[in-house]
Amino acid sequence: MFLTIPVLLGLTVLVFAIGRLLPGDPVALAAGPNATPAEIAAYAREFGLDRPVWVQYTSYLTGLLGGNFGVSIFTRRPVIEDLIAYTPATLELVFAAMALAILIGIPAGLAAAVYRDRWPDYLSRVAALGAISMPRFFLGLLLQLAFAMWLGWLPLGGRFPLTDDPPRLVTGFLTVDALIAQDLSAFWTACRHLAMPAIAMSLSPLATIMRMMRASTLEVMQQDYVMTERALGLSQRLIVTKYVARNAISATLTVIGLYFGWLLGGTVLVETIFDWPGLGLYATKAVVTQDFMPVIGVTLVIGTLFVCANLLVDVLYGVINPKVRTE
Amino acid sequence: MTEPPLLDIRDLHLSMTSFDGEAHVLAGVNLSVRRNEVWGVVGETGCGKSLTGLSISRLVPSPPARYLGGKILFDGRDLLSLDEAGMRNLRGHRIGMIFQDPTTNLNPAFRIGEQLVDVALAADRRNPDILGVAARAGRRARRRAARDLAVRTLAEVGITDAAERIDAYPHEFSGGMRQRVLIAMALIGRPDLLIADEPTTALDVSVQSQILALLAGMVRDHAMGVILITHNLGVVAKACSHVAVMYAGVIVESGPVAAVLRKPSHPYTRALMSSIPTSGVRRGELKGLPGQVPNLIKPPRGCRFAPRCAQAAEACRAGPPRPVDIGGGHMAACLKPGPAAEAA
Repeated sequence: MFLTIPVLLGLTVLVFAIGRLLPGDPVALAAGPNATPAEIAAYAREFGLDRPVWVQYTSYLTGLLGGNFGVSIFTRRPVIEDLIAYTPATLELVFAAMALAILIGIPAGLAAAVYRDRWPDYLSRVAALGAISMPRFFLGLLLQLAFAMWLGWLPLGGRFPLTDDPPRLVTGFLTVDALIAQDLSAFWTACRHLAMPAIAMSLSPLATIMRMMRASTLEVMQQDYVMTERALGLSQRLIVTKYVARNAISATLTVIGLYFGWLLGGTVLVETIFDWPGLGLYATKAVVTQDFMPVIGVTLVIGTLFVCANLLVDVLYGVINPKVRTE
Repeated sequence: MTEPPLLDIRDLHLSMTSFDGEAHVLAGVNLSVRRNEVWGVVGETGCGKSLTGLSISRLVPSPPARYLGGKILFDGRDLLSLDEAGMRNLRGHRIGMIFQDPTTNLNPAFRIGEQLVDVALAADRRNPDILGVAARAGRRARRRAARDLAVRTLAEVGITDAAERIDAYPHEFSGGMRQRVLIAMALIGRPDLLIADEPTTALDVSVQSQILALLAGMVRDHAMGVILITHNLGVVAKACSHVAVMYAGVIVESGPVAAVLRKPSHPYTRALMSSIPTSGVRRGELKGLPGQVPNLIKPPRGCRFAPRCAQAAEACRAGPPRPVDIGGGHMAACLKPGPAAEAA
């Protein structure tokens, strides 16, 4: 945990350096095609970009301590405001995708192990292989084609229709806010928008979790204590769903933690395809215009969330495996 | 002796398929156990003693195992004809099992109480007397009764502060204590037959004798029949009323402990006994048995011990010898049974 701070510091240095090393002049880009050199210089001065890089960097760091993530040179909006607006959208998407992956992947993996080399096993293994092999953006396009264009069941993209009133902002998660506001129709609308991007993001973690769960279940079922449990008359159902499952999940937990971080960084493609107003889409726009303050901000947020996810996994280990707790 | 045996294994044959072929690992095992009898089953690693125990609970995975013939009569019913559900009705509640390694036989992710309660509830479903709660009692009342029973059983196997220790996890116990917990788990369903597969092998010598004494007390209190699988003749002498000596998938000699140990009649039993080191043995005097255990994929046609036996004759290699009673239920599967006629 104490490594978090140096890691995040290192990230800021890297992103800062890369931002300056890239060819092209972001200030000129931001000032517009018709700006004179004098106007560009004035623009740079306004944002403090005329100072030496290390001065810019230290002033950025001192700003961070006060929660100041700098200002976008394009929109002139403070980055922190954008981060507050976009982070919940991305988190909602990632949580939904992970929830799908866990809720389906774990029982499916368990079932595949129990029915080893019979049809549920083959079916889930073939499906998992397909899901892992399929690129997410391509899957996203297929989903849009099927459910939005042909069937017309789901909206093509976006998070909430601009024409509707979104529920009152509490958590920033539209689905949760809608439930808090007891607005079922808003909840339904939010879910319909969430469905396709969440499915597109969930498939590869789902497949990995399933395979991991299958492998660790097979391993756990070889353990002596499973033999004892059978020898003492516990039913197969109780042994598998209670005694084997908890042991097998603890091995799968690592993958879940890693995937959580991986999804956070991997939202860019899916958010772009589904026009989901999250960190990924925000970062993409900022990268294209070389607007580096938002890029650093997004990097820091994702880095922090990643660390938090791993911390959470470590805590969960303790919950599931009592031996870890006492050690 | 008028009471029919609790367990009667008759001419049990079992094979195991491996990459090299099908091994005939149990070749006509006969064993009958009555209540209050403690049978020690001894033999070296791979002789089939554990497989015999697991076969009774039908826990040998098949495939690769295949029952070629014979019967396992438990209370007059042939266990080999029961399906998995039928077996589950007996496991835990009629037939209890204890395994060798107490560190790996308790589920590490659950409190011991949780595991005990589930075993008690499973047994109670087959015999409502175990918890003694009314049939219409709710789930919570049932669990509470099961927990009370678990505390009592833990106390019975010598765990002090059972009421608090019941909420501990397995890793919070020492090896000997874990074996006590496992014994409690095996006994909580009040089984009639207890199969203990090397229950003391993984324990310190001092703990071993405590556990053996505990088992002996349990047998007395509950009038169980016990099969104690071990490779240690000392354990047999200390804890058993009867003994069966196994070699290469066959019971070569069996009978009351005193008779067999005092008058070993099968050459293998004698070899086994002379290989026990005692304090009086001087360097070079300890005898090993020359030769190797036969390959069970192509076992010897006659007596399976013949290739290593000093007294083997032509007749021994012709066909497997039948067990003969040499007095008082002392059986030996040997053509020339008797006290050592060895050319010393």
